[in-house]
This record gives sequence, structure tokens and C-alpha cells, in this order.
Amino acid sequence: MTAWLSALSFLVVSTLVGAGMLVAARILRVRARAAASELKTRTYECGEEPAGMAWMQFHARYYVVALFFVVFDVEAVFLFPWAVVLRELGVGAFIAAVGFVLVLMLGWLYALKKEALQWQ
Amino acid sequence: MSGLVHGAQYAVMIVSSLLAVIAIGIWFERKFAGRMQSRLGPTIVGPVGLLQPLADVVKLLQKEDIVPKDADRALFDLAPLLAVLFSLGAAAVVPFSPTAVAADLDIGVLFILAIGALMVIPTFAAGWASNNKFALLGGMRAVAQSVSYAVPLVLVVMVPVILSGSMRVSEIVTFQSEHHWFAVWPIIPGLPAFALFFIAMLAESNRIPFDIPEAESELVAGITTEYTGAKFVLFYMAEYVHTLVGSAVGAALFLGGWDGPFKPGLHWMVLKTLLLFTAVYWVRWTLLRFRSDQLMDLCWKRLVPIAVGLVFLAAAWVQFVPGAR
Repeated sequence: MTAWLSALSFLVVSTLVGAGMLVAARILRVRARAAASELKTRTYECGEEPAGMAWMQFHARYYVVALFFVVFDVEAVFLFPWAVVLRELGVGAFIAAVGFVLVLMLGWLYALKKEALQWQ
Repeated sequence: MSGLVHGAQYAVMIVSSLLAVIAIGIWFERKFAGRMQSRLGPTIVGPVGLLQPLADVVKLLQKEDIVPKDADRALFDLAPLLAVLFSLGAAAVVPFSPTAVAADLDIGVLFILAIGALMVIPTFAAGWASNNKFALLGGMRAVAQSVSYAVPLVLVVMVPVILSGSMRVSEIVTFQSEHHWFAVWPIIPGLPAFALFFIAMLAESNRIPFDIPEAESELVAGITTEYTGAKFVLFYMAEYVHTLVGSAVGAALFLGGWDGPFKPGLHWMVLKTLLLFTAVYWVRWTLLRFRSDQLMDLCWKRLVPIAVGLVFLAAAWVQFVPGAR
């Protein structure tokens, strides 16, 4: 529990570093005399007028990547406790984990054959 | 309560040393890159240009703070702060010497991975909140890349966990000092796991050859396109901190941390971390950038199956090799 409190205060100190920087900048930085012009606060698009908002639809391939990530990350979460106590559990646990991951890798093979892993 | 005080004391020490190393690291990188390209690098500010990073930070802090009028203001301001928090955060559980560790968590490895994975959030928040097409493209690419390379990273980090039978980083280092460094023995899966860790670390911190999220020749400056002044500094700093903390994690998990010949201690950990840090910049100034499709192919078709294989080789090692338990 003490270690967790230490981790908490570490994170607080890390945040303070960033916040301190922003405060320092607030004191140091120049301020524009007049209100910012319309041109200045426009988003950058190579000098052209921005064509509409940037918040638009995105290609579905990013969604596929996210799906694979969830699958493999959940697998890793299941394997971590196994990894720690593997020595005590013995051969049975080893074989069980091999089976578990083999099933998952069959899915990976299927995705590979279906070209779902292809970034078109 | 003592935990809070202990954590705060060590946090101040560790964070300030990390930032100092980064100030010199930026100078070193520019000198190093300069020499590699037959030029001098910074020479004007201070002796051999040593004060250049300091001058840059002071200059940037004085810059006007411009927020695009179409931006999502709250998210836009929050993103750089979160980037610094998540890049520094993982250092909390890294033991720099047997005593110099801020929070020796029993699930330290998981903490590192969790904080590291959170880096995606400020990156994408910045890309989204800017309301700029270049920034959004950079953000999307960064998410796809970090999320993909997190998979081999998480898997290879399991190798030292299996070999040492602990998730406490200091115990992993102690195990290595009593037996062998994991990058050296067992050479398979130790060395390939270390190589994969290094590749995944490059990708996670968006370093060349994995820098398509930034790709200055196509995306202006990626997610930082709309950022000025202090907020830009925070992103820039977070990137270097991420690389440095990643190097420290690699040194602790695979290269034996503070262990070394003659006299083990802090100096060995610092030396190994700096060597890895230098290696990252060596790669950065040597290689070209991958295309998106090559990047994804490398990750999902090569690294992921290799990493799964390494995990089971490590498991087989502790199961079947006598004397490994």
C-alpha cells in the first residue's frame, strides 16, 4: 500500500512539472496588443482557407487494427498472472497456456489468410 | 503517509535528473547528428553549444500562445499536460539502484505497460482537438501504430517476467544480478526478446524509422502542427522523456539494471540507459521512414507471432531446463 502512495505522489510531481512549465510560460510570454485576427487563429492548411472542419469520417482499417489490439491485449492480460506463477504450477499450466494461445493463433492465421492484416 | 513523502522525495530527484539528462541529451543528439552529417551542430550558445537546449526552452516559453478558434479548447490545453504525465509516470517503478526507486510496486511491469499505453490518449487528443487535418491524420496514425506495437511490446516484456518469476522490477534486476542478464542468457529467447523490445520501444516513442505520425515532410508537424510556445515544449519534452524512460526500462528488464562488474550500483544503470538512449538516436539519424503498410506488416505479420513464440520458449525454459527454476 505504501508503494502505491509513493506511485501516486510520483504522478502528482510529474503533473506539477508540466503545470509549472505552463505557469512559467504564462508569466514569460508576450501578449498580443489587439485581439487576435481571424487569419491568425485559423487552423493551418498550407496557407489556403481550411476546407470545412477536420472532424470527419475515417477509414475502417483503423477499426480493424483496434479490434486486433483488443484481442491480443486481453490475451496478454490473461497470460501475465500465469507468467508469474508458472514455476509453481508445473507442466499442466504450461500445456494449458499453449492450448489457449494456439486457438488464438489459429484466429490470427485466419485473419492473415483473409488479408485482414493487410493495410490497403 | 510515509509512502507519500518517500514517493515525493524520490520523484523530485528522479524527475529532475531525467529532465537534466534530457537537456544534455538534446544537445548531444544535435551534436551527434551534426557530426554524422559532416557539420558541427550547435556551437554558439555556451561552451561547444552546451546551453543550446536551455536557450531553446526559454525562447519557446516566451512565445505567444495561439489557440485555433475552431479547436476543442479544453482538450487542446489538457493534451500536453497529460503527455508529460504519462511519459514521466513509468519512471516511478524503475529501480535506478537497489535503493533509488520511487515506488517499488509488486506489479511494476504491468504499471509500466499501463502508463506507456496511456500515451496514446494525449497524442490522439492533441490530433483531434486541433481541428486540423494534418494533426488529425497524425493522431490517427499514431494511435494505429502505438496500439499495434503495444502487442509485441507487452508480449516480450513477459519474457523477463517468466524467467524471473516476478513482476516487481527490482526483483527482476536482482534475479539477473544473481544469475545472468536476460539479454545474454538464456540467449534464446533473451536476446531476440531484447531486440523486439527495442524495436517496439522505437515505435512506441514515434522515433524514426517509425515516425509516420509526425512525418514532417508530409504532415507539417503531425499532432503538434497547431501548438505554440509552452505547450509545444511539453510535447517535445514528453517525446524525449518517453524515449529515455523506455531506455531505462529496457536496461532494467534485459540488461541487468544496476548490476555490473567491479562495483554494482547506480552508475551501471545510468551507463546502460544512456547507451540505449544513444542507440535510439543512432538509428534515428541512420534509417529512413517506413510506409504505413510496411509498418503494419512488420508488426502484425512478423513481430506478433515471433513475440508469442518467444513467450513460450521462455516458459519452456523455466519448465524443462534443469537449474532454471
